[in-house]
Amino acid sequence: MAVSTLQRTQTRLAYWLIFPATLLILVIYVVPIILVFLASLTDYTLVTDNYAFVGLENYRKMFGDEVFANALGNTFFYALLFLPGAFIISLVLAIAIQEQKQFRSVLEVLYFLPVTSTLAAMALVWAALMDSGQGVINNTLETFGIPGVNWFGREQVVLYSLAIISLWSIIGFNMVLFLAGLTAIPRNLYEAAAMDGADHPLDKFFRVTWPMLGPTAMFVAVTSSITAFKLFDTVAILTQGGPDRASEVFLYLAFLEGFEYFNMGYSAALSLFFLGIIFLFALFQALFTDRNVHY
Amino acid sequence: MAQLTLKSIKKSFGETAVLHDISLDVGDGEFVSLVGQSGCGKSTLLRIIAGLEAPDSGDVLIDGKSVVETVPKDRNIAMVFQDYALYPHMSVGENMAMPLVMALLPLYARMPMMRSLTPMGRRAQPEIVGAVEKVAKQLRIDHLLDRKPAQLSGGQRQRVALGRALVRDPKIFLMDEPLSNLDAKLRVQVRTEISELHASSGLTFVYVTHDQVEAMTMSNRVALLQTGHLLQVGAPNTLYADPASLDVARFIGSPEINVTTGERERGLVRLGNTLLPIELDGSGPVQIGIRPEAITVINAIGVAAAEGPIDGPVLSIDKRRIEDLGPEILIHGAFTHVTDGLVRIRAQKTGAYRQDGALAQAKSLQVELDPADLLFFDAEGRRLQPRALDVLEKAGAA
Repeated sequence: MAVSTLQRTQTRLAYWLIFPATLLILVIYVVPIILVFLASLTDYTLVTDNYAFVGLENYRKMFGDEVFANALGNTFFYALLFLPGAFIISLVLAIAIQEQKQFRSVLEVLYFLPVTSTLAAMALVWAALMDSGQGVINNTLETFGIPGVNWFGREQVVLYSLAIISLWSIIGFNMVLFLAGLTAIPRNLYEAAAMDGADHPLDKFFRVTWPMLGPTAMFVAVTSSITAFKLFDTVAILTQGGPDRASEVFLYLAFLEGFEYFNMGYSAALSLFFLGIIFLFALFQALFTDRNVHY
Repeated sequence: MAQLTLKSIKKSFGETAVLHDISLDVGDGEFVSLVGQSGCGKSTLLRIIAGLEAPDSGDVLIDGKSVVETVPKDRNIAMVFQDYALYPHMSVGENMAMPLVMALLPLYARMPMMRSLTPMGRRAQPEIVGAVEKVAKQLRIDHLLDRKPAQLSGGQRQRVALGRALVRDPKIFLMDEPLSNLDAKLRVQVRTEISELHASSGLTFVYVTHDQVEAMTMSNRVALLQTGHLLQVGAPNTLYADPASLDVARFIGSPEINVTTGERERGLVRLGNTLLPIELDGSGPVQIGIRPEAITVINAIGVAAAEGPIDGPVLSIDKRRIEDLGPEILIHGAFTHVTDGLVRIRAQKTGAYRQDGALAQAKSLQVELDPADLLFFDAEGRRLQPRALDVLEKAGAA
């Protein structure tokens, strides 16, 4: 009897202990998601008090909407520009800095600085730099006889410009992640590789560095992908989706529908679709990271 | 066919000098151990031989040719690392194949997936697989080729590391404390296997260890290092029986050699109240090294402990305690009338020792020393050779 009483007391205590965390998760994540889902099934707007249940109408509208297709296309195109750079440039920088002895910490700090700054404020600095008339970048290009680029004004260019700004802000962060991964690789593996004849930089990279960096690389790839799909602040500040919707990305569209056009129901449907994409990435990471760790 | 010569190797890390002027010759097919306490520079010396570290000055020669400027892979040296340094993401077979892949394939064929795509890669594949399987059979790990290192026991990993080193047919085999991560039982077994490997391969071995037992049992010659200095190089028994200095005498032998202070007096040596029949020049104090196994207990009070004639000097010892080691016992005590006379005696469990209690109760013991087994050192620890010891011995025998 005494044992089961003790057990019951402990079980009750356990529930009390997880209660605050459970409450927070429910209030901050689960309930809002359910509310957004319910909202996505209505035609609720911010400007009228009446709303009606419309079933999957919002989703049907979404998949038939040209504006939605355009935003999705823009987002994927932007991700395609951003991801290889965010991954490869950071990795190359990390390997180069890792081999530095003297200036390593200085370089680390320099590359990490953009991460510590506020992107919204820095976007204005970039706007000044990339100004088509008096911007430093165009002025410099013109000094060398190269015609200036209308960075934010041309439909074909604007996503590249946004990708450059995002790269500037994320490379330092990814580089630090890669540096941590590189530091964790035992030195004697490189020595064994040198004894075995794998002393060419490419051999060292493909035989030791890359396989040992697997989990870090997966983490960087997934977090960078999520960052790519979350693109919002620079768009909102610099282009407002223009010119002619050329930089209207997914999250910005959701914002427009909800807070500019007040179509809360439709905006909720868009948000849920976005959540689904992010969830896929997270799932991908959870499934493959464990399998990639072999030690 | 590989002779290794080290000429005046010097190495510092920043301000700290780790190797002072080390010169060493390793003959073809010889097994030489570099032994010393941790931090003595033995691993650094091995890494200099391997080419993983460059000496500040001095030269490394293999078969008379300087290799100091040569990268590790071109020295044709294999190395087994202390923690094996196996590639965790590769199978055992791939680990062992690595040196061959690097040696047989050009760079483009070594890139990911190119091995099966390029004609070069496909042509070399049977040779690589064949060589790996041959060595794996020899080391009895051929059933493990598909496993990852994480799935192996310590002993198996050790074999894979050996296999990876053997597979490319090196001239010189370097080992950096290869047994230190194994448990005691396995260590003895692998020790035997390494000795057999040395005998069957006929390769030149350089073996780094802090364990004198490993060094003594496996090597043709032992090189003893201390704080970056080479103290003595010689056959295991030379280091034991004829050490050049007190440091060597202290390092070799377990339990450690007993050291007590005697006084030179009228050409002889006095220990406590006893004048030892040793002729030693000079005057003043002298350090006497007595191996724990060179002391014979002849008498515990009331118990005769030894048979046979007594012809060496006899001293008395105040017994402190006895440790039972199983096959033998270790007696802790101190020479009577000697200020720093602490002494340990290793004795067999024969005859009188078996009589329960007698030795345990004895407070004082009579021991016999053999003058030929005594080692003498000056205050700085340099070895002193007694004069005409052989004459004394002959006199004793006659």
